[in-house]
Amino acid sequence: MDEKRVHTGRYFMMGNVACAEGALAAGCEFAAGYPITPATEIANHLAEKLPRVGGAFFQMEDEISSIAAVIGASWAGKKAMTVTSGPGISLMLENIGFAIGVETPCVIVNVQRGAPTTGMPTIGIQGDMVQAKHGSHGDYEIIALCPSSPQEMFDHTVIAFNYAERYRTPVFLLSDAFVGHMREEVVIPEAEKIETVYRNIPEPGTDPLKVKGFLDEDVAPMPIFGKGFKAHVTSSCHDEYGKRNLIDISALDKFVRRLSNKILKHKEEITLVERDYEDAEIVLVSYGGVSRAAAAAASQARKRGIPVGTLRLITVWPFPGEEIEKMARKTKQVIVLENNLGQVYPYIKAEAAHFAEVSFLPPKLVGEIQDPEDILKKIEEVSK
Amino acid sequence: MGRTEILIGGVGGQGVVLSGILLGTAASLYDGKQAVQTQSYSSELRGGSARAEVIISEDRITDPEVRRADILILMAEDAVGRYLNKIKPKGLLVIDADLVKGVTSGDYDILAIPATSIADKEMNNIIVANLIILGALIKKTKLLSVESMEKAIEASVPKKAKDLNLKAFRRGLELS
Repeated sequence: MDEKRVHTGRYFMMGNVACAEGALAAGCEFAAGYPITPATEIANHLAEKLPRVGGAFFQMEDEISSIAAVIGASWAGKKAMTVTSGPGISLMLENIGFAIGVETPCVIVNVQRGAPTTGMPTIGIQGDMVQAKHGSHGDYEIIALCPSSPQEMFDHTVIAFNYAERYRTPVFLLSDAFVGHMREEVVIPEAEKIETVYRNIPEPGTDPLKVKGFLDEDVAPMPIFGKGFKAHVTSSCHDEYGKRNLIDISALDKFVRRLSNKILKHKEEITLVERDYEDAEIVLVSYGGVSRAAAAAASQARKRGIPVGTLRLITVWPFPGEEIEKMARKTKQVIVLENNLGQVYPYIKAEAAHFAEVSFLPPKLVGEIQDPEDILKKIEEVSK
Repeated sequence: MGRTEILIGGVGGQGVVLSGILLGTAASLYDGKQAVQTQSYSSELRGGSARAEVIISEDRITDPEVRRADILILMAEDAVGRYLNKIKPKGLLVIDADLVKGVTSGDYDILAIPATSIADKEMNNIIVANLIILGALIKKTKLLSVESMEKAIEASVPKKAKDLNLKAFRRGLELS
């Protein structure tokens, strides 16, 4: 119980371990999961460290119960997370929809691996990008961050917890086997330099029938269990008080619209991008590990006198369409790079194609991020 | 020194990934350089295929993939077909000569170390053949300082295995 949460220092650290360290630093108190390559190191590290800071790690019988335990822990007022890979997310999707519907803060780490199905466990691909947004049924918004290095596995895990608590919603960390298993320098700052956010809860003693604990676009306070609140938490369509309503279409409209607007209204403060496209005639758009190859290619192209810039999406969801449009208005050619066959590409194209030529460059081998040499060839091709 | 790309191929249980971690740790934490280490392996863990990649540079490393290896270390015959085409022209090929037989000469230097038989005869434990190879590599290339490597070994291997690993690394320094 006496160990510190923040292990300040400079390390040569694996991305997955950095993610677990980020969770500890963010104040994670509960994690549940079922082992799966390439995410297991996160679970191992949390299983070892969480009990030492007064938290708990549960190895469950499968991924379905893992996310269920996380949702329960969150309703008990704990900062909670689960870690898995694509096959595990597929199993969790029903309960992820539940977590969205009842506004449950939690962090879901997907260290993506070769897929579909059980695929190739230690090869990283960006294969589950749209699953995070559309995997569960119904219309909803989600927040997802895409780290590109072990340092960002730490930093983004902290941000993911902060977003989850601030907006009372599941937040995805969409890493992959390449970044999760990558080792690189990781600097963990001093505890007081790490911002941590905690959810709002209602005033103690308030009458539960008068507490609007749901469906506020500015995020309702969460009537967590164990503090004397009474609350009705239902997956069915409900009103601001959590009361079921299965007949009025206007109630359904509020249920759908306010849940989405809770994220969309705050999109500007959620969205994180890296822009480096001043005066660029060609812009490479990418996210995650691929953005590092894009940065290398852009730098080489500029040395050859071709004005190439980059736009990196750190948050892929909610989709930062305004950022794409802003970029496309200033350039002539947009090349989209992903380590898949083009999952986010249609979204980018829809925003950019009115202003610039948009094309997609897949990796030569899915699972191996684009070689800067191949990106340069593509740049030369479109700049002719 | 610019960017040095190192690819290590072998089978699970040979310490392929540990070799990568040691090079990366020495460079990043003790030698004032930048390093990225990545890995992949088939899920058998022991006996399956294993690969580690390390990039060492004076500058910030953007692209984290080994594209054309300046140094290719092959610790199993199985790795030859898989990775020999990844070596850069004029690169350095390091092999465990006890286990890798099928290498023909090409546009690269070859450093052949009978690491497994030395580890077996002198240390009674073939598990440290990878440290002998690293010692020989550091001696030949001066890629990293001996002190940094020894600090990385002390920081990375279990306490009870420290002496054996250091001994193997130092034995490697006498070769090449």
